[in-house]
Amino acid sequence: MAGGSNSPCASCKLLRRRCAKDCIFAPYFRPDEPKKFAIVHKVFGASNVSKMLQELPVHQRADAVNSLVYEASARVRDPVYGCVGAISCLQNQVSQLQLQLAVAQAEILSIQMQQPHQQQQEQEPSLLLPSPSMLSSLQTDHQDIDDDKSSTSLLLSSAANIINNNQLNLSGQYFGFASSVVNVVQDPLKRESLWI
Amino acid sequence: MSNPISSRCAACKYLRRRCPQDCIFSPYFPSNDPQRFAYVHRIYGASNVGKLLQQLPERARSEATESLYYEALCRIQDPVYGCAGIVSWLQQQIHDVESEIAKTQAEITVFLNSTVNISEPNTQYSRTNEQGMENLTNKHKEPLQ
Repeated sequence: MAGGSNSPCASCKLLRRRCAKDCIFAPYFRPDEPKKFAIVHKVFGASNVSKMLQELPVHQRADAVNSLVYEASARVRDPVYGCVGAISCLQNQVSQLQLQLAVAQAEILSIQMQQPHQQQQEQEPSLLLPSPSMLSSLQTDHQDIDDDKSSTSLLLSSAANIINNNQLNLSGQYFGFASSVVNVVQDPLKRESLWI
Repeated sequence: MSNPISSRCAACKYLRRRCPQDCIFSPYFPSNDPQRFAYVHRIYGASNVGKLLQQLPERARSEATESLYYEALCRIQDPVYGCAGIVSWLQQQIHDVESEIAKTQAEITVFLNSTVNISEPNTQYSRTNEQGMENLTNKHKEPLQ
């Protein structure tokens, strides 16, 4: 709330100044949450935060404050990599899961191809129809599916094709850098709430 | 002693000050990339960056500077969410792909079950039939208990 009430906001308390009625921090740094502002001030500085908030429309400032608190917390937790460490971890997770998905999708294709023709007619339509490009790539790589080794290599090559088809179109600007910090071992954030 | 004016680091050039020999910024903000320090300074401020680097061992400062630059870049490009937006997006990606994997694995189970049921109908019938005949035979042989 505005600083017109008796209690100054957390930022003005920390900065030891009078909390004006139109204090830009007051709506977002309540007096009962001193640590929130302390951490943001430590990493970004009150002056920089104030400038950032002033450049944003009012309806976006709450989200901006929450994201700044999140990044500042990450930086305090990990002074070397901050948020970037978490991004790197999550990227790795996404890549591994995409590979798992591709293998599972290739397995379905393999099962579908191995079933007798009449069973395919009796079944309900598949929820996952292979695209023409997938089918053609499978036929190109097709080997004797009775051979276990051939089945495995068919599965892996199908998975590779599916990964190429499903590849996320990620910004190279971000992830080209993040790959350089991939050796950092960080606790993945998983579904940790962003907003403290 | 300070570096000659011509070889000031990007930070000292930006801050318009002399660049001392032991300038904490100079190894990480070379003069040929002024934008790098400009972005970092805009988001964090030179003082905060200097304090952060001083608190780290020297071997970690280069990586720290890289990550600060990356985060500053993200924040400039997305002033509301910055890097946190990327984290959120990746978490959503993980959730979506996990759901897709679960769905696909369920489909595999359905396919495999349907394959088993279709491939062995006669066997199951034979077994049932044989068991039924055996029960009938035993029923007549042994007294009821």
